[in-house]
Amino acid sequence: MAHATLTHPDIDVAGEATVADYVALLKPRVMSLVIFTALVGMAIAPTGLHPVLAGISLLAIAVGAGASAALNMWWDADIDAVMTRTRNRPVPTGRVQPEAALAFGMALSVGSVLTLGLTANWLAAGLLAFTIWFYAHFYTVVLKRRTAQNIVIGGASGALPPVIGWAAMTGSLAVPPLVLFTIIFLWTPPHFWALALLKNEDYTRAGVPMLPVVAGPTATRWQILLYAVVLVPAGISPWFLGFAGPAYLAVSVVAGAVFLAGAVNVLVRREGKAAARACGQLFGFSLIYLFLLFATLLGERIAGLV
Amino acid sequence: MSDGGDDDGIRLTDRQKRNRRARSLAIAALLAVLVVLFYVITIFKMGGAVVDRPL
Repeated sequence: MAHATLTHPDIDVAGEATVADYVALLKPRVMSLVIFTALVGMAIAPTGLHPVLAGISLLAIAVGAGASAALNMWWDADIDAVMTRTRNRPVPTGRVQPEAALAFGMALSVGSVLTLGLTANWLAAGLLAFTIWFYAHFYTVVLKRRTAQNIVIGGASGALPPVIGWAAMTGSLAVPPLVLFTIIFLWTPPHFWALALLKNEDYTRAGVPMLPVVAGPTATRWQILLYAVVLVPAGISPWFLGFAGPAYLAVSVVAGAVFLAGAVNVLVRREGKAAARACGQLFGFSLIYLFLLFATLLGERIAGLV
Repeated sequence: MSDGGDDDGIRLTDRQKRNRRARSLAIAALLAVLVVLFYVITIFKMGGAVVDRPL
């Protein structure tokens, strides 16, 4: 019996793909932030699912986020290959074939949306489907290589998980999850621009029109400060709106002041190692800031303070 | 280890075989988890109604 001989030039490398490579396609660190913010969206909801169903819904949201990350890595393999931060990802190194990453991302997208629809409700599932599309197509394919506002608009996809979490629990939308959306939406630009200032050469080489590449570092520093000025009151607003307690007020004011000081520091220190350090500090603290706000909201709910 | 001496097709190295086996096991585990997950979803969606049936 004659049989075909496979001659694909990449087949030897493709056979190297490990389970860890497929896990890496899900961007586990981004996924952990999605799980955490969606969990807070669920926790502040007034009504809820059975805890087991809520847990499965959270898993579906996390897998949906991972699926959009896999689709992003499939499309962006060419620019990932020329950036130091991303060149060791599974697709640009050839360990995972692009077609496999695409199939993996699509299968998980469909599976996660259907699972969330069956477990929670179809509003939450529709929002998850929208989030996956927004990140994997609208941000990755349409915005990222075209406009310096890529991460501003694209940030909506990262801001939606608490809204999906709330919708999964209640089957509706309300002000609190939209406030959490606004906080993450306003937090995203200074977070990523601090990184973009550090990785400016990478983005320039890859031809990605990040704000520092297009408008220059000085304009970016002013934009970071502008967003920080708007972010801080937005961060405090859950207390004014009555769905956060005094602990949250204290944390959001103090953390907001530190965030603002970090943004001023980035604006003032523009040269050499001091500038890089300022950007690195703001990038690092921005993650702590978001974690503190959401952890305090969660803690207050668990402690029954709100 | 030989899979047939006169075969001109692709022969996987031991590492590739190990990786393929690990991927296959991961897919099997995932499918098993999905079976349990959908069983659990069904039971909890039915809730108390699961015992509410004519005897």
